[in-house]
Amino acid sequence: METRVLIMQLAYLVSAVLFILGLKRLSHPDTARGGNRLAAIGMLLAIVATLVGEQILTWQWIIGGLLIGSVVGGFMARFVKMTAMPQMVGLFNGFGGLASGLVAAAEYLRYSMGVAGTAEVPVDASISIMLGTLIGAVTFSGSLIAFGKLQGIVTEKAVRYPAQQFLNALLFLGILAVMAYLTVMTPGAIAGADTSTVNIMYYALWGAAMLLGVLLVIPIGGADMPVVVSLLNSYSGLAASAAGFVLNNNVLIISGALVGASGLILTRIMCKAMNRSLANVIFGSFGQVAGKELVKGEKRTMADVNDVQADDVAMLLAYAKQVVVVPGYGLAVAQAQHKLRELCDNLESRGVSVKYVVHPVAGRMPGHMNVLLAEANVPYNQLYEPEDVNPDIANVDACLVVGANDVVNPAARDEPASDLYGMPIIEVDRAKHTVVMKRSLNPGFAGLDNELFYLRNTMMLFGDAADSIGRILEEVKQL
Amino acid sequence: MTGTILISVYVFVLAMFVGFEVITKVPPTLHTPLMSGSNAISGISIVGALVIAGMGQGLMFDIIGMVAVIAATINVVGGFMVTDRMLQMFRRDTDTN
Repeated sequence: METRVLIMQLAYLVSAVLFILGLKRLSHPDTARGGNRLAAIGMLLAIVATLVGEQILTWQWIIGGLLIGSVVGGFMARFVKMTAMPQMVGLFNGFGGLASGLVAAAEYLRYSMGVAGTAEVPVDASISIMLGTLIGAVTFSGSLIAFGKLQGIVTEKAVRYPAQQFLNALLFLGILAVMAYLTVMTPGAIAGADTSTVNIMYYALWGAAMLLGVLLVIPIGGADMPVVVSLLNSYSGLAASAAGFVLNNNVLIISGALVGASGLILTRIMCKAMNRSLANVIFGSFGQVAGKELVKGEKRTMADVNDVQADDVAMLLAYAKQVVVVPGYGLAVAQAQHKLRELCDNLESRGVSVKYVVHPVAGRMPGHMNVLLAEANVPYNQLYEPEDVNPDIANVDACLVVGANDVVNPAARDEPASDLYGMPIIEVDRAKHTVVMKRSLNPGFAGLDNELFYLRNTMMLFGDAADSIGRILEEVKQL
Repeated sequence: MTGTILISVYVFVLAMFVGFEVITKVPPTLHTPLMSGSNAISGISIVGALVIAGMGQGLMFDIIGMVAVIAATINVVGGFMVTDRMLQMFRRDTDTN
């Protein structure tokens, strides 16, 4: 082995180790930042090693690509709003998938145009190229749709039509057939120097795989987005692994596998938090039959609601011993995190114990709400998980539900007919008092009514969350 | 050839297990940074993209290579930077005042 190739391979090994160490450190808040830097150093090392170790003949495309990519990526990372984090991660997943798919495409073209220096394409190389293309293209187009849904460009509703799964299965079988055809045909076609039909089939594979990515994501509704973003994260890793198989490059295989595993774990956690199987998220029809049968025919109106004003809430909170705050995505939409923290700090200075309870699916991606609260300077050791507070929730004097709905819906515990049934919730209905801040009685993301709003110990404070919290804060200060 | 691919499959499977072992312990607070950070790592395809963009085999490869480099670089640079930006916001209670 040539010395500089050897050095490059060893540098790749160091990169892979740095990625593993980095991910390990990401598992604790105190070391996470260092872990991320470690992984970034690993990446830089891999890039430098490639530029030194490979036979680079033309530099202008590389330099241009690196510059454009760095400026665009850096700009997005610097200025993205924390609420928009899920769609940006979704978009980045898509770019990763695209890059991996293009690597496979270039390798295919190298063979088909005779640049590879061999007329024979080994079957394993061919299979790797087809898989790399498939996973990369599905990740790319699926991520673009997920981005569009989260950004509000594409409808957040589940898009469904007759025979949807049958058509998807048909498309998938068609893709497998094309892949098989290409794998069998590629060596012979190149030897015969007529690559046009084969090439058309290869481009058709790209088109069909992109279409599959779109069709797989459009039937998934807004409430299930955390699962989809996690799953696409996993795909982007698998796409990188596939590109590694194509290039016979271990650092790609290892890094891709690490990301693939991490995405799968997060996907599983999200599914568990919603008490649903992955198949149910992808193929299920969530929220479609909901609502009607749930409330057993009774039509609830404002008259059934105990609606209160800010001063009532201020009184309740200021003289409570224990307060539990349940933030939901609506809090972030109203940009009320900072006001909320001010209120909680004030309560704490009065000797009230305040806990924030974050449901795993509170935001639009795993851990999203934690980031939004961190942005508002809420220390992470004040954040709790539902199972931490549920056992003692009956002793809590006041629960403050801000912009959350489905994650506090008692139907998930009591109503086997409900679509939410079995999903772990924060059982605020068992607390002494619960204040729900909401714009109106509209149903939540899952489109279901919530019995909690009509309970006797529930107070409803209607209005914009930021305004309401501001008014409560003023009232508390005067007490 | 079959030997190489077999080794690659070994590496892939073992790396998946390493991934599962290392990542299972991440607390929910860090799930978003974990996702954006690992997402940046999946931009490792940049290694392949650089080779394509630099091999000088004609305009088609140059363009495919450059698009791949741009996409992967956005993924890498954006991913690591945004993760860092998020993580610097996380702090313990004791840091207050």
